[in-house]
Amino acid sequence: MTVFSPLPLGEGQGEGFPRVPRTHISMPVAALTPALSQGERGPDKHAVLRLSGITKRFGALVANDAISLSLYAGEVLALLGENGAGKSTLVSILFGHYTADEGQIEVFGQPLAPGNPRAALAAGIGMVHQHFTLADNLTVLDNVMLGSEPLWLPFTRRRAARNRLLQVAQRFGLPVDPEAAVGSLSVGERQRVEILKALYRGARILILDEPTAVLTPQESEALFDTLGQMVAQGLSIIFISHKLGEVLRVSHRVAVLRGGRLVAEAPAAGTSQAQLAQWMVGHAVSATVRRPAGATGPPVCTLAGVSTGPAGRDRLDKVSLTLNAGEIVAIAGVSGNGQLALADLLCGTRAARQGTVTFGGQPLQASPAWLVTQGVARIPEDRHAIGVVGDLSVWENAVSERLRSPAFSKALWIRRKAAQAHAARIVQAFDVRGGGPHSPARSLSGGNMQKLILGRALVAPHGAGDVAPAPPKLIIAHQPTWGLDIGAVAYVQEQLVAARDAGAAVLLISDDLDEVLALGDRVAVMHAGQLSEVLPADAWTRESVGLAMAGGHA
Amino acid sequence: MRLEKRSQTSKLSLLLAPIGAIAFTLLISGLLVIWAGAPLGPTYSLLLKGGFGSVFALSETLTRATPLILTGLAAAVAFRARLFNIGAEGQLYAGALAAIAVGGLHGGSGIGWPVWALFPLMMAAAALAGALLLLGPALMKARLGVDEVVTTLLLNFIVLLAVGALLDGPMKDPTAMGWPQSVTLQAELELGKLIAQTRVHTGLLWGMALALGLWVLLKYTVLGFDIRAVGANPRAAAFAGVPVTRTVVLVALLSGALAGLAGAIEVAGRTGYVTLDMSPGYGYSGIVIAMLAALNPLGVVAAAVFVAGVLVGADSMSRAVGVPTYIADVIVAASLISVLVATLMTQYRVVRGRRA
Repeated sequence: MTVFSPLPLGEGQGEGFPRVPRTHISMPVAALTPALSQGERGPDKHAVLRLSGITKRFGALVANDAISLSLYAGEVLALLGENGAGKSTLVSILFGHYTADEGQIEVFGQPLAPGNPRAALAAGIGMVHQHFTLADNLTVLDNVMLGSEPLWLPFTRRRAARNRLLQVAQRFGLPVDPEAAVGSLSVGERQRVEILKALYRGARILILDEPTAVLTPQESEALFDTLGQMVAQGLSIIFISHKLGEVLRVSHRVAVLRGGRLVAEAPAAGTSQAQLAQWMVGHAVSATVRRPAGATGPPVCTLAGVSTGPAGRDRLDKVSLTLNAGEIVAIAGVSGNGQLALADLLCGTRAARQGTVTFGGQPLQASPAWLVTQGVARIPEDRHAIGVVGDLSVWENAVSERLRSPAFSKALWIRRKAAQAHAARIVQAFDVRGGGPHSPARSLSGGNMQKLILGRALVAPHGAGDVAPAPPKLIIAHQPTWGLDIGAVAYVQEQLVAARDAGAAVLLISDDLDEVLALGDRVAVMHAGQLSEVLPADAWTRESVGLAMAGGHA
Repeated sequence: MRLEKRSQTSKLSLLLAPIGAIAFTLLISGLLVIWAGAPLGPTYSLLLKGGFGSVFALSETLTRATPLILTGLAAAVAFRARLFNIGAEGQLYAGALAAIAVGGLHGGSGIGWPVWALFPLMMAAAALAGALLLLGPALMKARLGVDEVVTTLLLNFIVLLAVGALLDGPMKDPTAMGWPQSVTLQAELELGKLIAQTRVHTGLLWGMALALGLWVLLKYTVLGFDIRAVGANPRAAAFAGVPVTRTVVLVALLSGALAGLAGAIEVAGRTGYVTLDMSPGYGYSGIVIAMLAALNPLGVVAAAVFVAGVLVGADSMSRAVGVPTYIADVIVAASLISVLVATLMTQYRVVRGRRA
């Protein structure tokens, strides 16, 4: 998520068509369902869901603090908030995964039994999680039916289920083939199956958790159309997202959580992204201005016709790319199209099967240790699982990549003082807050862990005689801002731009389209292991990127 | 009822945990003692006196503890790297056999080298035997993903059967009146006694020195860092440039060597020759000891002395009171379970009611 410039609402034309090539948001869904717009809802009329004073504590942490919220029939309510604001907790309470310490929930006027997902399901609440829970080896029908029949039935009522599924699919405009194997479906189609699972069980309140995280812009549009149709059928939807543009596009009302409290509730019409950001963060957020690159330098790293081994969609297929000093090359694309293979290749944990990769004129060795000595800074996608060794201390993680260098080891022995001094330097320069250098790395919050990883990658140890450390020549940043709050996102982005200005070549892989278009000097799109043309950022529009993400060509 | 992670670990719970563990252990074993019909108080005091109550008792405990320290260290270093070496028993026997092969009185006089050359050679051979035994399973795990618990465990049986075959065949002592035992060790190679008239020998000092060395290795060296990183998170370690396969191999060599040395030190310090029953499960007990010590090498020494004391004390107690010696195994097992549960309880707490 980039920190954006405020976008004016209501740029779209009349009811639903035509769609002008968008660079911003188009018509809000709210305009599609005028019958249920603001004025026709009384204060408690048609309230399908009412949360009163929901409070939930985890030890000393108050995840939800006296939240009172209502959802009305036929509306889309967007639930907005940063990571850690309490959205997931609230929704988990609703769905019965947690029990609230205080407060009540009423569904269609009836109190809801707490801590019981079956009761929530029976009451008509359905949830579509961010990470799908589908069995790839079963058909769509099997997946939808799974768990819906009581165990004591001697035979499974497959035909009746099939008919019911097709009925539900048609009613809500979600075309689906019941006999298709889920493993062969695209991500957008799988999400449709997830939604159908909930609708099949009679959900009248649907909770969608970050549904567009895995979709291309076109697929997101299709989803929004679907939501409009569902809402027209009387469904109510809670839409959780951190993408402000989408939120304004698709919802009738917006509720913002911050630090566990409900800080704002407003109709989507008439609210700006900047206002939403301010509510989310608590103070005015300034938009980043895109700083264009200076003159780009010579090529630092070149891939020529590189293919990696088979691994489903996550492989490279004859990819060619040149990374020059002093510019940011941003790769867009839905996760799983080869970005991991590209990152692994340049981080030294995967070797190319075909083609050549050169770095600084020599062939690139598939060795993380070698890459570090050559001045390659690597920021991995998954900071918890790959970025740090959680059980080791912060200072040990700060020097983990360079432990074998003479700066931090002598023969067999670790030079603890030098290592701890370097760690202290990183912690101070990058403002890593936590339990101190000796606390285990897993105790750091996501943002601080990412800052530690950034610092480790970008700050080289002082040479002998306090020679200034050399800045990195190449930076591989794989989803560097994923899961971070707005402040940390802005910080990381600034660091990447600063490194570029200092002459580094930066490869940014991100599934956040806004980030790619804002930071990239040149942009390419990855799909099914192949890289599109690498064009200057100005030559792309959201449409053309979305098209490329889905494999088509402009 | 579920487990919920505590937001912080209170100092009080860290203190209460071991006390709770001890209390639980005493409770379980106490119930068994009562069931066996023996008086509770006298039984426990006999157990304590038998293990630690006199110089003789202490010396027996320390003698028993010596191989346990080494197999405990073998398990601790391997488990630190998530290499679950269950094969210390077989590695111990392999080390004992290798020691005898080098230092035994073969054909009456054995290899006629001076002690200062033969003794290190003997120890090196034992270490090498144990190391090589673990190398195979370690490589199979690193390259092929074969579960090392299965391979090392099964190797134990293979080694024991091989030892049996050798002791009844080529390595049999012709003067042993038909018993399957190996030739004896050359007298000069035997380890000296620490206390006269007792069985405790300098092998104990070797064990303690190795424990200290292992502690220093883990904390202060690059290899120690690699071991801890690979054990905690192999993917992150690989990303950071740690040579994972090479580290696992080195750990395997080290762990196997320690277990092999356990066998050699038993032969050189206590028995003087190899028999099929020279190890009453030292290799397996080493795993328990390593877990009790939370994989800390210095803790292994304390845990080994504790376990040895319980085993020795139970022997003498059972002669006096008639409670079966298996009570010792129960005490050791119960203490392990309660220590693990107590440690869990310092990080999590039990919450009543459904879900959160």
